[in-house]
Amino acid sequence: MYAQMVKTDAARIKGLDEMDPQERVFQQRIDTGQKIEPKEWMPEAYRKTLIRQISQHAHSEIVGQLPEGNWITRAPTLERKAILLAKVQDEAGHGLYLYCAAETLGISRDQMYEQLHSGKAKYSSIFNYPTLSWADIGAIGWLVDGAAIMNQVPLQRCSYGPYARAMVRICKEESFHQRQGFDILAKMVRGTPAQKEMVQDALDRWWWPSLMMFGPSDDASVHSAQSMAWKIKQNSNDELRQKFVDQTVPQAEYLGLTVPDPDLKWNEEKGGYDFGEPDWSEFFEVIAGNGPCNAERLGARRKAWGDGTWFRDGLTAHAEKVAARRAKSVAAE
Amino acid sequence: MGSATVTDTTVDRAVLFEFLLRMGDSTLVLGHRLSEWCGHAPALEEDIALANTALDFIGQTQLWLSLASEVEGKGRSADDLAYLRDARDFRNLLLTERPNGDFGKTLMRQFLFDAWHHLCLGALLGSSDARVAAIAEKASKEVAYHIERSRDLVVRLGDGTAESHARMQEALDDLWPYTGEMFVNEASDVALVAAGVAPPASLKAEWDALVAETLSEATLKKPAEGHMHKGGKRGIHTEHLGYVLAELQFLQRAYPGAPW
Repeated sequence: MYAQMVKTDAARIKGLDEMDPQERVFQQRIDTGQKIEPKEWMPEAYRKTLIRQISQHAHSEIVGQLPEGNWITRAPTLERKAILLAKVQDEAGHGLYLYCAAETLGISRDQMYEQLHSGKAKYSSIFNYPTLSWADIGAIGWLVDGAAIMNQVPLQRCSYGPYARAMVRICKEESFHQRQGFDILAKMVRGTPAQKEMVQDALDRWWWPSLMMFGPSDDASVHSAQSMAWKIKQNSNDELRQKFVDQTVPQAEYLGLTVPDPDLKWNEEKGGYDFGEPDWSEFFEVIAGNGPCNAERLGARRKAWGDGTWFRDGLTAHAEKVAARRAKSVAAE
Repeated sequence: MGSATVTDTTVDRAVLFEFLLRMGDSTLVLGHRLSEWCGHAPALEEDIALANTALDFIGQTQLWLSLASEVEGKGRSADDLAYLRDARDFRNLLLTERPNGDFGKTLMRQFLFDAWHHLCLGALLGSSDARVAAIAEKASKEVAYHIERSRDLVVRLGDGTAESHARMQEALDDLWPYTGEMFVNEASDVALVAAGVAPPASLKAEWDALVAETLSEATLKKPAEGHMHKGGKRGIHTEHLGYVLAELQFLQRAYPGAPW
């Protein structure tokens, strides 16, 4: 899940009879599965919640270039390099659609960057973990993109039209990303003992952070309930986490790997796996800025933006010169 | 360029192999340099464009080095050529291994290379070797877009703010001595040009014209003709290539023979 713990400003969920007529019509449209489009009326809290969620999602795509970019120059074959470049380019493209979707809600991309750089806006906790071996690139595709898909597939049915539509295209590309990640690992586990060890080590390090991507249990969260009432969110964090574990464990077995959870056990009765609780204190430390790579990731983004000021100013100045020359030549005619 | 079909018997295989390495090594090394920008570019659109350009170059590398592998006929694959040769055996242009510097220098390097690459591939469309012509056909479509983009950015930044102008001029002055190498005819070139396989040195006039016109529009001053560095085509590189290869080849070197 690329958006975690998105706040909604709600103290409790209003009933239809407590809403003013405008809001009631809005809620009824959502309840009947209609899409909300940019120029239509929407409650301020709905608009703000979507900005928080979509910008967090976009920032995650952008920051997510860094851990994968860390291995493009060291990719082990020309084909793997090309595939990874294509994948990272896709992620940057997802960031672009998502920023555009958020802009339809009345915020500019520069404002969203400002919020990221100041630490006001978050990005997914997962990108604050380091990529230490080539197997980590496989693990990111398999686990991180796998977890992201769990969340993004239902988002295709999100009530906000531009977000839902952006998600349709994004989901297609994410499935390809997940397959390429799995393929990296499938090749490595059939390779040398050192390669297999590298893959197991990657799973050991990425398993729990991947489960944390769904966020802590939100069954009692008013924010989640509000997001669900608005159909921005469709499933609880625990539901999605369960689905992810049930899908992923057989894949780990197929790869001949051991999931690093002593409590993992098939539960015939519920038709799913029982599994251990992630270390939520670690999650909250990462969210608070104390993950292994928070300072580097945010530092890299701030530096890229700061170092690029002259570039962006140069392009703006040129565009202004061209416009002025054009105006002058029109005036002379 | 001749239109007769040239087989391996009329052109020395070793000479053709060298030529293919020059093409494939230049795209490999420049693709590597562009990849170093991933996630660090000054605008999201630039991150996307650089990754896209790097991807084109890696794809072209696969084509050139696969053909090189076939021509060499010693059982070395394209990956073997990319990952298991040392710097002394690389044949890329020195320009492609120059460090990225600021974004202005990366763009200027790209423009100077694209201007040559675009003309070179255009000439190779008529290569007497059908395999070379086929690669040029595919690559030239991608490179037509590269030159359009890098030329446009050089113009906009040259004729932008005082700072962007100064940075682009500095980048140009710095990289200029690495441009002459593109047109040096080594002894091996002569046979390939004569056989109609490789493009003639006359590309220089076209390159000069394209560069002069772009720099003028960008309000940049073309550096005086002076000493030009060379050596890439003979495997005498700058100190930078060793580090590029140390990074690029790390996994293949650390885990010999492992499948990836």
